[in-house]
Formats: sequence, C-alpha cells, structure tokens
Amino acid sequence: MTLPMGRPMREIFGETVAELATADPRIVMLDGDLGSSTKADIFEKAHPDKYLQMGIAEQNMMGVAAGLATMGLIPFISTFVSFAIVRPLDQVRVLIAQTGLNVKITAGYAGLFTGQTGMSHIIVDDLSITRTMPGMVVVAPADDTEAREVLRWAAAYEGPCYVRLVRDATQRLFGEDYRFQLGKAVVVRAGADVTLMSTGSQTPRVADAADLLAAEGIDVHLVHVPTIKPLDVEAIVAGAERTGRVVTVEEHSILGGLGGVVAETLSEHRPTRIDRIGLRDLYPESGPNDALLDMYGLSAARVAEQVAAILRRP
Amino acid sequence: MSASADIAPDAAGPDAAELARLGEVARRIRVEVIRAVNHARAGHIGGPLSAADLLAVLYFRVLRIRPEEPAWPDRDRFILSKGHSSIALYAAMALRGYIPVEELLTFDAAHSRLQGHPDMTRLPGLDMSTGSLGMGLSAGMGMALGARLTGRSCRTYVMLGDGECQEGEVWEAAMAAARYGLDNLVAIVDHNRLQQYGWPGDGPDGRTPPQVPGELAAKWAAFGWRVLEVDGHDVAAVCRVLEEAARGDGRPVVVIAATVKGKGVSFMEGHYFWHTRAIKPEEFEAAMAELGEPAPEPAASAHGASR
Repeated sequence: MTLPMGRPMREIFGETVAELATADPRIVMLDGDLGSSTKADIFEKAHPDKYLQMGIAEQNMMGVAAGLATMGLIPFISTFVSFAIVRPLDQVRVLIAQTGLNVKITAGYAGLFTGQTGMSHIIVDDLSITRTMPGMVVVAPADDTEAREVLRWAAAYEGPCYVRLVRDATQRLFGEDYRFQLGKAVVVRAGADVTLMSTGSQTPRVADAADLLAAEGIDVHLVHVPTIKPLDVEAIVAGAERTGRVVTVEEHSILGGLGGVVAETLSEHRPTRIDRIGLRDLYPESGPNDALLDMYGLSAARVAEQVAAILRRP
Repeated sequence: MSASADIAPDAAGPDAAELARLGEVARRIRVEVIRAVNHARAGHIGGPLSAADLLAVLYFRVLRIRPEEPAWPDRDRFILSKGHSSIALYAAMALRGYIPVEELLTFDAAHSRLQGHPDMTRLPGLDMSTGSLGMGLSAGMGMALGARLTGRSCRTYVMLGDGECQEGEVWEAAMAAARYGLDNLVAIVDHNRLQQYGWPGDGPDGRTPPQVPGELAAKWAAFGWRVLEVDGHDVAAVCRVLEEAARGDGRPVVVIAATVKGKGVSFMEGHYFWHTRAIKPEEFEAAMAELGEPAPEPAASAHGASR
C-alpha cells in the first residue's frame, strides 16, 4: 500500500506561522527575498506589518533576527536551507546559537527537492552542521501533519531551533491526532527482521519501502527520528535491540547526519552492525524530484532494493 | 571599595565640570585597559584606547541605562561590534557600576565573565555577543526595528571599527536599516585609521590606513545614512554630536569619529603593532605615568624587574 500524498510543506509553513502570529503578537517573519517560494507570502497577506523583508542579504537577516529576539519578539526565518545555514553559518553560530536567542530558523527547500536548481542550492549536510552546534535544537518533520505540529512547538519553545522543511508535497504519514514531542522518536511500524531508522520527509518513503519488503517476507521495524538533537537515545537503543540489525535512511549525506548520530550512539550504548543509506560523498545535481530520488537511491523501491541486498550480505 | 561610586552620570549640559568629569572617566578607562591587559599578559590595546573617550561619553552621559537593573526593558542598547576592544567596554561598565572595578583583572582569565570578546550570556549588561567582525550593526538594526515594533522609545548605539567596515555584512545592514528608516539607530565608527596589519603603503610603519580620507563618509552617505563627523577625542564635541545624532530625521545616523589608535600613551599612538601585544614591565610603568597614575607599588616593581 502506498501512502497518500499530503499538502506541500511550504504551504503548511506559511499558513501555520500566520495562524500562530494571530494568536501571539510577538511572532514576526523575516524573509530573504524568497517569500513567494517558501510561501511566507501567505503570512505576509495575513500580517503585512509583521512581515519584515530583509532582501538578498542573509548574514544581516540572521543578525536582525537576533536583535529582534532580544526585544522579546519571536522571529521566524523564510529562506532556503542553503541561505539559512550554510551562507550565514557564522552569524547563526555567534549571534543565535552562542547567545541562545529565541530565533526560529525555519528553512525551506531542504534535501533534494529544490525545484531543479542544482548543487549550489541542494544542501545535504545541514543536519551534520547544525547538530554539532552547541545550543541548537534540530528537527526534521516527516510530512505536512508533523510540519504543522513542529511549527507550533517551535513557537512555544524558548530558544534557537533549526526546522528542516521540504518544498513540495510529500506522502502523509501521520493522522490529524499525531502530536510531536521534542526529543522523542516514533515507532512507525513494529517488526522483527531489521530496524530501519529514518528522519524528515524520507520516512514516508521508507514506510512504503517497508511494505515492499513485507511482500518479500522481510518484517521491518521502522523508527522515525524527527528530532536529530536532542536525540532520543533510548529509542535508538531500543530499536537496535529489537532486531539486532540497523539500517539508517536519510535524504541527506550519510556523513554526520542521522547515520552518523545513530552510529555514534549505538557504538557507545549497544554496538550493532549499521548500514547507512543516503547521499554519498558528492554534490547532487538538478533534476525532477522522482528522478533524483531514483538516482540517489531514496525512492521507496530503491530503498527496499538496498535493504534487501544488505540483508542478503553474509 | 568599588571605584564606581565616585563617578556618577549627570543629565545636565556639558559644562566645564561635566567635561572634566568625562575626561577623567576616559582617563580611568585607559588606565584600567592598560592594567588589565598587562595583568592578563594578553589582549588588544590600540582599539580600546582609541575608543575610550567615546565610551566615556556614551556610558556616563548619553545612554539611558540602569546599572542596577541591566535588563531594564526601556534601556538604550549598546553593541560593541568591534568586540576585540572588549576591555575598554568592561572598564566603562565597571566605572559606571555594572561590575566591581577589581573584577577587571579577571579579563581573559579562565572562568571570567570578562571574556576576550563580549559574551552576553556571561555578563549582564552586555546587549549582544560580538567578536566575529561585521555582525553588530545587524543585531543593532534588529533592536532598533524591534523597539519600533514594540513601541519602545529606546535608541540603539553600535560601535564599529574602521577596519571592520571591510566586512560585507556591515553594508548589508547599512542598506536594510536605511530602507526601514531607522532613525533610532546610531552607528559610531571608531576611525582610528589602522587595522591589525593592513596593506603595505606609505603610512605609519609602512602600512596603509583601512580607507582613504573621506571614503567612509561618502560610503555611508551613499547607503542612505545621515553622516556626522567628529573628533573622537574631543569630549565636548562627542557630547554635541551624539546629542545631534538623537535628533531623528527618518534616517539612521552614523558618527564617524576620527581617533588615534593607542590614544593616551605616546609610544602606542599610531602604531599598528600595538593592536594586540604583551606590555613589557618598563612599558607598563611608562604608560601608567603618562596616564597620570601613581607609580606601581614596590612589590610590583620588583616583580617586573625580575623578568
């Protein structure tokens, strides 16, 4: 069974932060001239006076966000991951992470879905970078339902956080009754043969891969890890203990992201054979979403194929 | 006893007594800078000395602040974007009563609240952490914009170095602040005409100033700012220019303060190599004498002579 499609995460972003700002007058949106792409323009229509256009100047935008936070406001950031994390990295580090100021780095266009832009815009090491930054909380929601939940959580949370949002519609994994809890992993499916761990919008595709594997007689235990930092160590260890065999899957580099953190955690707490599926040591190219997922082994079919091959290995 | 008690701010106009008082604050900032850097055997010197008069006027006349209530919501904000001059800021804050003057000797020491570059999470009264150059004006713009959005009448002052103005982010902030018409934002450039090393040239010690004469004023004006220029060591003029800077006309204001790097200690003035350097014992004694401080106690002299 294939999961149904949800709504584009970027629309959820614009709508949800607009709703949150109606309830909380401290919320403002800072845009790096990408509001018509990130759908922060939905927020602008609802709250034109709270929509602060910063132009194409992301280093300044991060500093302005820090300054606004000191005045008791709650800035949300509208730009792409490449311009929220990588380009203004020092500003994020010095002015936001080191100060612990209440800035919400809600960055869109994460992973491969960047509207066919190519390697300048496709950032697949953002989880590695942000999770090694003291003071930063790192969250990658799976679908539209969880994205809405995470944005609500972010508005209520006091401190800096990085929320990794996807441009396009992804499959819907969670029902309306789902509630996000910071630092808690979610068992999506209980199984006995192999534990798959996934994060962000890759998880729905892994859930579909689990169905494909079930048809081959492989019983998958699937753990979704929306919070990369702080990590749910207990759930990672429990997931490994369940089957004794772990494969991580992420729409991100296998260097330092979910695969990295799971490997570090299990080698300390419960040494387990781990395989990592994700982007290898390369800069991804541009192309339609489905073509890229196939090319980099992240479609449900390609994930199922790789997991089956890993399990066949002696 | 803390030395802060005998120097209190005065809201009246800058009469002769007030100017003498501010001049004395600036002198004592310089003394504390030299003392702390000498004690730490590390730290910047030239920039803190060039900024001393500006900081004296800000902390003892211009800023509406409450040292006893550092987080007072309606306070004026101050950001030392040239964070490497931190010891001059700490000295001004100590003299103003934020911290004991004796604590200045913990500068740069392990576990100190007085970090090499300002850390707002450690020291109440610091409005922003700085040190990586070019960032302070952006944060200050956020404060000025935030003050407008929350209906606060406070002003935000940001001190930059002239070398720091080579950072691109300064000009990102300059463009954006002008677009928002933030006339509650005042940038002060400590234009001491030297950076750490700079380009070779025919200036002092064979180096070239960060900018050619007039370059900074022209650039800030081109970016839509109201430009005021002042002698950054003329305390009366600094008082007047900051009063003028508070008269909003819809544009952010930059005060370009002509200063001398190392000001107040003759052999440090105008030499790039005093940007950061350990002070020799005889240099320490000479500097303190020039700054009008009593000669070091015999124990300190013996300690110095033993080196």
